[in-house]
Amino acid sequence: MLKLAPLATLALMLGPVIAGLAGTVLPAFGYMPALGGDSLSLAPFHDLLSRPGLATSLALSLGTGLAASFGAFTIAILFTAAFEGGRFFRAMRALLSPLLAVPHAAAAFGLAFLIAPSGWAMRLLSPWATGATRPPDLLIIGDPYGLSMTLGLMAKEVPFLLLMVLAALPQTDSLRARHVATGLGYARISGWLGAVLPRLYPQIRLPVFAVIAYATSVVDVAIILGPTTPAPLAVRLVGWMRDPDLAMRFTASAGALVQLGLSAFAIGLWVAGERLVAVIGRARLRSGRRQAGDRVSATSSALAMGGLTAALLAGLVAIALWSFAERWRFPDALPGTLTLASWQAHLGHLGAASAVTLAIAVPVTLTALVLALACLEGETRKGIALRHRTLPLLYVPLIVPQIAFLFGFQILLLTLGIADTLLAVGLAHLVFVLPYVFLALSDPWRAIDPRYGHVASALGASPNRIFWRVRLPLALRAAATAAALGLAVSVAQYLPTLLIGGGRHATITTEAVALSAGGNRRLIALYAMTQMILPFLAFTLAALAPAVAFRQRQALRASA
Amino acid sequence: MTDAKPTPAPETTPPAELVFDAVRIERQGVPLIALDARVAQGEVLTLMGPSGIGKSTLLAYAAGFLDPAFSARGRVLVGGQDITGLPAHRRHVGLLFQDPLLFPHLSVGDNLAFALPEAIRGRSARRDAVHQALCEVELGGYGARDPATLSGGQKARIALMRVLVSEPRALLLDEPFSKLDTGLKAQMRDLVFGKARRRGLPVLLVTHDRDDAAAAGGPIVDLSPGK
Ligand SMILES: Nc1ncnc2c1ncn2[C@@H]1O[C@H](COP(=O)(O)OP(=O)(O)OP(=O)(O)O)[C@@H](O)[C@H]1O
Ligand SMILES: [Mg+2]
Repeated sequence: MLKLAPLATLALMLGPVIAGLAGTVLPAFGYMPALGGDSLSLAPFHDLLSRPGLATSLALSLGTGLAASFGAFTIAILFTAAFEGGRFFRAMRALLSPLLAVPHAAAAFGLAFLIAPSGWAMRLLSPWATGATRPPDLLIIGDPYGLSMTLGLMAKEVPFLLLMVLAALPQTDSLRARHVATGLGYARISGWLGAVLPRLYPQIRLPVFAVIAYATSVVDVAIILGPTTPAPLAVRLVGWMRDPDLAMRFTASAGALVQLGLSAFAIGLWVAGERLVAVIGRARLRSGRRQAGDRVSATSSALAMGGLTAALLAGLVAIALWSFAERWRFPDALPGTLTLASWQAHLGHLGAASAVTLAIAVPVTLTALVLALACLEGETRKGIALRHRTLPLLYVPLIVPQIAFLFGFQILLLTLGIADTLLAVGLAHLVFVLPYVFLALSDPWRAIDPRYGHVASALGASPNRIFWRVRLPLALRAAATAAALGLAVSVAQYLPTLLIGGGRHATITTEAVALSAGGNRRLIALYAMTQMILPFLAFTLAALAPAVAFRQRQALRASA
Repeated sequence: MTDAKPTPAPETTPPAELVFDAVRIERQGVPLIALDARVAQGEVLTLMGPSGIGKSTLLAYAAGFLDPAFSARGRVLVGGQDITGLPAHRRHVGLLFQDPLLFPHLSVGDNLAFALPEAIRGRSARRDAVHQALCEVELGGYGARDPATLSGGQKARIALMRVLVSEPRALLLDEPFSKLDTGLKAQMRDLVFGKARRRGLPVLLVTHDRDDAAAAGGPIVDLSPGK
């Protein structure tokens, strides 16, 4: 059983990606016998190129994606360089998990509720500062340059990158390295960038690539905050894939390949940037310059970090307020009366959508957890860490744009006869849940002192007994957190649920995004709130599990 | 001499002579450490040598969890039986490290109960055995305690009793006293060697401390190059 776990994990995680890519390539070149395409041709690409505004769509995807990734990266790095170890840093660290648990769509709605012309920010400033008694006629949400969308992506990616930085920092000996640099007369940020970043960066490189791929191909955030005339490429692809005219599938497939190329191109640009920075950085190190704009960098990174976090949090508060608002007239700063009426009125729908969401998320998360534990336990028993060989593989599903393979995967499911089923949706979610569960669990698991296992086995405990009685309890906190993260990832999935489910399985997230066009704030708020409540509950349970199980055990109770 | 199929170890077996028969450990083809030795029952053989020479690796080989980075030849025998083919948990060799490594999720008593052989059956019999073991190191009332709340010396005593109640046939000690302060060190040495001698356990002790070797009173093997 244990021997099969790594194989099963790889098959479930990479199988859909590989099969899906193949299933995208063929129709992209006109081959899809089921739809009458039985010869290879470039017609789908010609058709794609003739779509109006295609160049704009491409430019938007590339521009917003790269800008958001670069912004989030710069902020996370400079902020860490300037404040690592300080109180501001610890405060951000405490906020990280809740911020990460918020699904992208909910965060995007929050931002929309905040910065729209009739949003909370404008209400707070009106009429005393702006003089407006009605919402100004501005195009903020869906602005043609995708600025709001970029901001939304950035706000959500900063916490993710910061988490990755935090996970990598202990292996860089950062504090001592910085002390040495300080001792040599380097200012804080300059010293950190010279002494710590070169060791840190290789470890966060794959997550950065995942951010770039995600940001250049995102759908849900783009639907909520992005421009519409034309929309970024990925959004248009979804439209074509779901077009009643089946011939559009060819165009969509060609577009999916272009999307793949676009995301790869974005990562390529980033890699070129890496090279450049390395050359410049090395020259600077040799120059011995001990300070350059440290003050400005510290201040601006603090402002950006604080501003984005505040915007994210304020947006979430705005969502909460709207879900309880009976009426909230412009420009009132707060709703007149709060009521449970909307919640009561929609409880049935919210409950049904939550049930579907959990019916997918719970089995998927448990499967991922069991597979991850089986792989890690097998590795422990063999005494070898597969880490270096498998780590890049874990990032494959996170770096290949979802839309590039989901459509092809759907074709495979059709031939298997399970298309549009809950099982199919679950399989698609598993592709994305597995890497996160694995990443969250593997470091704490491998950090368990192997001598516990050795001692136990010298005491006569069998390998199975050691797993259940020693290693699993020692990893309980990590396993619970990994499960909560897995659940949050599944709950937040939009595209896989929509495409693989054929629109038949209405989860909280698909419902919420579908509502965005209607603009009914109260209704959107209800769904966005529920979207946040589910992962929040999961993380709360995960935090409670070890506290309850080990309430009499000091060493395990203290939060890690 | 060589026994083709390893005989299954009976569930409880008495202590017996420990023999290292032409044990050679290599890492990537480079010889690391070699040992030919015989440890009689109740005797302590002290193994000394510079850091990194492979002493812990040798113990890991005997106990059954050699890292795959190493390869080893030779046999380790307990009471004439070759244990190198047995899975680690069937070898009945007890281990003590410099850290007590009490399982942090189990109470002190449960740490001992975990180690108690299955042959001791029945809840009350097992509870009595645990209690008796605790009393043996003057920690009678400590069964329900959280290991994290014990002092260093108390942890070390519990770790010792945890090994002993598992009824090992031989003991492997990897610098077990090195983290204790001087007074405690002398106490623990007496306790460990005394109990091992009384039970007739052969002990292989790895240490950097000459005083450990002196207290052990047995033969010393020095692995320093040139010796
Ligand atoms: N997993 C491993 N892979 C490769 N080499 C290892 C591994 N574990 C230990 N080594 C190396 O094998 C050698 C022997 O290590 P070992 O821990 O047995 O030394 P030791 O004699 O116990 O040293 P010390 O007295 O410091 O405890 C060392 O050079 C060590 O670096
Ligand atoms: Mg050692």
